[in-house]
Amino acid sequence: MSGSLDDMYRDIILDHYKAPRGKKPIEEANIASDGHNPACGDELELKVSVDGSTVRDVHINCKGCAISVASSSMLAEQIKGKPLEEVKGLAEQVRKMLKGENVQLPEDTDDLDALKGVRNFPVRIKCALLAWVTLLEGIKTFEKGTGESKTINLEETD
Amino acid sequence: MESDIENRPTAQAKGLLPIDIERIKADFPILDQKIGDHQLVYLDNAASTQKPRVVINAILEFYRKYNANIHRGLHYLSEKATAMYEHTREHTASFIGGVQPKEVIFTGGTTGAINLVAYTWGEENISEGDEIVISEMEHHANLVPWVILAKKKNAVLKRIPVTPDGYLDLTNIDTIITQKTKLLAVTHMSNVLGTINPVEALAKKAHAVGAVVLIDGAQAAPHMPIDVKAIDADFYCLSAHKMLGPTGVGVLYGKAELLDAMPPFNLGGEMIREVRFDKVTWADLPNKFEGGTPNIADVVAFDSALHYLEELGMDNIRQHEMDLTAYTLDQLSAIPGLEIQGPRNSNQRGGAISFTDSDIHPHDISTFLDSKGIAIRAGHHCAQPLMKIMGKVATARASLYIYNNEQDVDALVKALGEMRRYFGL
Ligand SMILES: Cc1ncc(COP(=O)(O)O)c(C=O)c1O
Repeated sequence: MSGSLDDMYRDIILDHYKAPRGKKPIEEANIASDGHNPACGDELELKVSVDGSTVRDVHINCKGCAISVASSSMLAEQIKGKPLEEVKGLAEQVRKMLKGENVQLPEDTDDLDALKGVRNFPVRIKCALLAWVTLLEGIKTFEKGTGESKTINLEETD
Repeated sequence: MESDIENRPTAQAKGLLPIDIERIKADFPILDQKIGDHQLVYLDNAASTQKPRVVINAILEFYRKYNANIHRGLHYLSEKATAMYEHTREHTASFIGGVQPKEVIFTGGTTGAINLVAYTWGEENISEGDEIVISEMEHHANLVPWVILAKKKNAVLKRIPVTPDGYLDLTNIDTIITQKTKLLAVTHMSNVLGTINPVEALAKKAHAVGAVVLIDGAQAAPHMPIDVKAIDADFYCLSAHKMLGPTGVGVLYGKAELLDAMPPFNLGGEMIREVRFDKVTWADLPNKFEGGTPNIADVVAFDSALHYLEELGMDNIRQHEMDLTAYTLDQLSAIPGLEIQGPRNSNQRGGAISFTDSDIHPHDISTFLDSKGIAIRAGHHCAQPLMKIMGKVATARASLYIYNNEQDVDALVKALGEMRRYFGL
């Protein structure tokens, strides 16, 4: 083990894990994207409704480990009500952070810093990544206006 | 769950030697270490086992004193290395039930052994409409090669189902193994459920319709006496690293008449008799299947692993693991929220024990246990179709071996109790 357990399972992570946000189904969605991590068996379903250029509502249902559930719950909490451009930027930042780059997250997104703890647990990084890359894929399809997003499949070596 | 600890004869009562676990632990240098603040408890033996000092030393000694390529040089080192390498072949032949040494082919592992059969025997003998029978509890190593071969040849892949309690369901076996069956490929012991399959009876059924029988022995060979002749297996595959030996060494046993009829696999040096620009003739067994320079040092060191196992006695090892498996099943089933997979009767299973928690994902279980120094495996265990049938995305798996004792199991059980509190359950 290369990191301490409490580094990864921070209180805030466990809090999201036990009571994940964004569970409530939403009526209409312009963004729909699925994520799958075959190595872990994690599966998540993401739906976002966009109003003009603002995220109105989010539904995210993640079946997986504490990290993937907490990460998707944080995503739901963070992106609601934000402009799509900002959401995209944030997802990119989180992805970079999880891959080990030094990034400065926006002020109102402090909670996400707790996800950093997984960086000491290499095999768990993709658990935290899943929701964010699934969101990015969904946004990409939405912007291209080409209907269905492809299912994100994180490879074992990703 | 009913316990079968009390009413089973102990090792002593059966006239077997009791295994002195403390003495054995001392033979494995890696076990004597702390992970963080905790003594290492290694319970991931189905993935790979640790190596006793004699095996580690054998590798060192080989490179220090005997290293040279084999079958080639006319000098002392080459002759010595060749003799050592061939000695392991003879030893392996006797270990798996007294077969001819030329029927023992060294490969990179079980995966390599099964692929060798798929790409040589399979390529030549499977054609359109033929049936290949596997079971639903196969490791990907004994599954993917047959899925691909069946696709390529337009052959039919048929499956022996698994019952909810983890046994092969043989109810309809006579409609599964039929006159069209060309190959039966099943595992001797499941790496997920621990189940020991009735391979002898299955082989008999397959032979009755003229099919060839391949047994994946990766999990069985380390844990119980193996007699490929009694099973009447046509092919039997195993991995040295799961039985105290080095990584990168596997064994394909094949009946000589089958191997003789098969085309070679790796084409190149060492596997030929005569090469001309227009014509090549193959070497005799076993060299025909060992093209190129093999993993000499590790094959040589595998001999020491076999010795170590034989000194303990495979019957003793099996008895120890049955006792410890029964104990583990008993202890685990007392933990609330835990669901154990596979047979409950330790007579019919080995010590690979999969379990899930009603609330905590297997990866979180594994990470938590790791923080207590306990190594288990979590995931799909290279058996995704089986996971689907079990209705799980993954399981946690503790797997036992000769250096594990009740204290190791107690450490696991204690940590699992603490885990639920940690995750606020
Ligand atoms: C039942 C079974 N078959 C095959 C294999 C593959 O063995 P190896 O990776 O050594 O080739 C394993 C090991 O994981 C196994 O448990």
